[in-house]
Amino acid sequence: MFKKKIFSGRLFPGGVHPRSNKYTAGLPVKDSPQPKKVILPLIQHFGQPARAIVKVQDYVLRGQMIGEASGAISVPVHSSVSGIVKEIALINHPLLTRPVEAVVIENDGQDSSVNFSPRYAEYYRYSRQELVEEIKKMGIVGLGGAGFPTAVKLNPPATAEVDVVLINGAECEPYLTADDCLMQEKASEIVSGIKIILHILNADRAVVAIEDNKPLAIKSMEEAIRQQPNISLAVLPTRYPQGGEKQLIKAVLGRVVPSGGLPYQVGVVVQNVATAYAINRAIIFGEPLMERIITVSGRAVKEPANRKVRLGTLLSEVAEFCGGVTEELAMVVMGGPMMGLAQSSLDAPVVKNTSGVLFLSREEINDEDFRQCIRCGRCVRVCPMNLMPNILSVLMEKEMIKEAANFSPLDCIECGCCAYVCPAKRPIVQQIRQAKMLCTVEAK
Amino acid sequence: MNTLLVKSSPHIHSGSSISEVMGDVLLALLPASGAAIYFYGYYAGAIILVAVLSAVLTEYLWQKIVRRENTIGDLSALVSGLLLALTLPPRISLFLVFLGAVFTILFGKCIFGGLGYNPFNPALVGRAFLQISWPRAMGSWFLPQAGQLTITSATTTATPLMIDKGEAVGQLPDLGNMFLGNRAGSLGETAALALLLGGLYLLIRRQITLTIPLSYIFTVALVSWLFGKNPLFHILAGGLLLGAIFMATDPVTSPVTEKGRLVFGVGCGILTVLIRLKGGFPEGVCFSILIMNALVPLIDRMTLKKVFGK
Repeated sequence: MFKKKIFSGRLFPGGVHPRSNKYTAGLPVKDSPQPKKVILPLIQHFGQPARAIVKVQDYVLRGQMIGEASGAISVPVHSSVSGIVKEIALINHPLLTRPVEAVVIENDGQDSSVNFSPRYAEYYRYSRQELVEEIKKMGIVGLGGAGFPTAVKLNPPATAEVDVVLINGAECEPYLTADDCLMQEKASEIVSGIKIILHILNADRAVVAIEDNKPLAIKSMEEAIRQQPNISLAVLPTRYPQGGEKQLIKAVLGRVVPSGGLPYQVGVVVQNVATAYAINRAIIFGEPLMERIITVSGRAVKEPANRKVRLGTLLSEVAEFCGGVTEELAMVVMGGPMMGLAQSSLDAPVVKNTSGVLFLSREEINDEDFRQCIRCGRCVRVCPMNLMPNILSVLMEKEMIKEAANFSPLDCIECGCCAYVCPAKRPIVQQIRQAKMLCTVEAK
Repeated sequence: MNTLLVKSSPHIHSGSSISEVMGDVLLALLPASGAAIYFYGYYAGAIILVAVLSAVLTEYLWQKIVRRENTIGDLSALVSGLLLALTLPPRISLFLVFLGAVFTILFGKCIFGGLGYNPFNPALVGRAFLQISWPRAMGSWFLPQAGQLTITSATTTATPLMIDKGEAVGQLPDLGNMFLGNRAGSLGETAALALLLGGLYLLIRRQITLTIPLSYIFTVALVSWLFGKNPLFHILAGGLLLGAIFMATDPVTSPVTEKGRLVFGVGCGILTVLIRLKGGFPEGVCFSILIMNALVPLIDRMTLKKVFGK
């Protein structure tokens, strides 16, 4: 067991070194003006959507639950402003490719809040069940990417023996610096969140993993864990997609999550630093998830920044308070440039798992027609899951789905390394995604 | 506001392209091409020019005729033309060069659907075609005239491999001259130093990996040594370096995994020595690579990587 370990070498298969373009690294987290209205989708997580518990014309307070969980894998949604419910309607979800129900609230600007009652502030007196229930009630999901309900992750089956909690501060996506800033500014609150997680899981230790391109975050986290006997720090050589759950577990602990399996099967639970912070706010301060830090960046936005933003804020307002967009704007991406989703309009809201909003210019993006595969094998070399992206791509182009199913498309994590290095600029991720979809349908 | 572009991730790209890959191969072939002209004069330049122009023109016209997108900009036809030229004897008629280049592009590449779909290395398909159809012309060798740009002598001679095999009488060049390229052979195969420089460039630019050249060359050395031959001689003789560095590493026609590439290189090496010492031709690089090209789908299938977590 180490206190701080600087790793070197190649720690997981494949991977690439994209230009980091972290223009907002080192910029402080800025507050944002109150949004005029918020659009809060009832699903901002992986699982079943929440059920609306407010009606049109209801007055709601900031922090009030407006949608309740509708099953085991579901989490509630809370209002991020005070005001009147204007509409409950179907909207285009920014991260799911389908329309979903959302609550639209007109902000009255008063910021009248519910009373946040930190009933569980002395968390060590409470059981796993009670705390997990509370975390669910506070609407917390994984803030790193997929938005998996945190309560589910913190409640693995009784047979699982979780000994390590991995705290993911890798932030390996280019452009994004939200976690970096959070670690610099809120290290002690993150550590407090980690202690809550350790208590819930009854795990032996936690390791905070940070890539070595974030020296300030490393310094502040190192400081914050100094007094914590069972929390240590892993400094990893920068390499994308190290922040992928399976990659991070391999890099730090050398454990391999079985294909189709989950981290707890190898004794690990992974939580993002921002999630640890949110858990702390929920348990110690009684605050539900209503806001988050996002990176606003790209060469087509005038004032790139790390911003504290209320959930439900429209991208158009985000663009506005970041100085507006320039003529060069070609693409808006929610998330990082490797895995984020391109947005068709700025009417989409910031949701729980929005780590960043990128306003990209034509020069920053790849918009060329693709060519035939020349079998150079670069995609094979960089695939962190050791797949054969070239074969999957060619088979899917020819719609040979049965054949494609033999090349493990379901193991693909869609990190995009293959398409990033492809000299023929083939849409490999899109093709594999299609294969995954069709294979899943076939299986049913 | 302009319409926003919506497409699948990833949204950024490394900037690599097919023309960059091919352009690097062209650059890497510059030293060998220069050596060809240095040793065999302007006529070598003419062979290169005819091969390259015919190759590019053939691809252009084919794509016009079958109404396919014009792809000569990807530089692959240029590469195939140049590679073909470098495998030809130094005084071959320009008409045969033209025929070889047309065959290279049409039957090496176009009929399979273009770059990426061709199972065999196009330049080697062209060379094999010439060798089988015009064996005399493809077997006339001359001593290099270093630095003399116009042809003066016309005495034919034998290649080191022919002498070694006992098919011809003559004096074997010493290894130093073979390393520099001062020996009879195809235009671009003789100057080992120039070929190694090109290979180094491709390695640094990460256009090739070491696996195929190393395993190919090492296997030739080992197997020729087992047959009681001088391994160093067999590395420097014939077209081994040109083949191992530039032909066997052709991405389209070689395996995609490093394990597969190892199998491929070893196979090429064994076949090359067997043809050289036991076969009907003095040199076996061209046919070895073509035979191994045919096995690539099988090799690929048998050397899949193990999926992470499986």
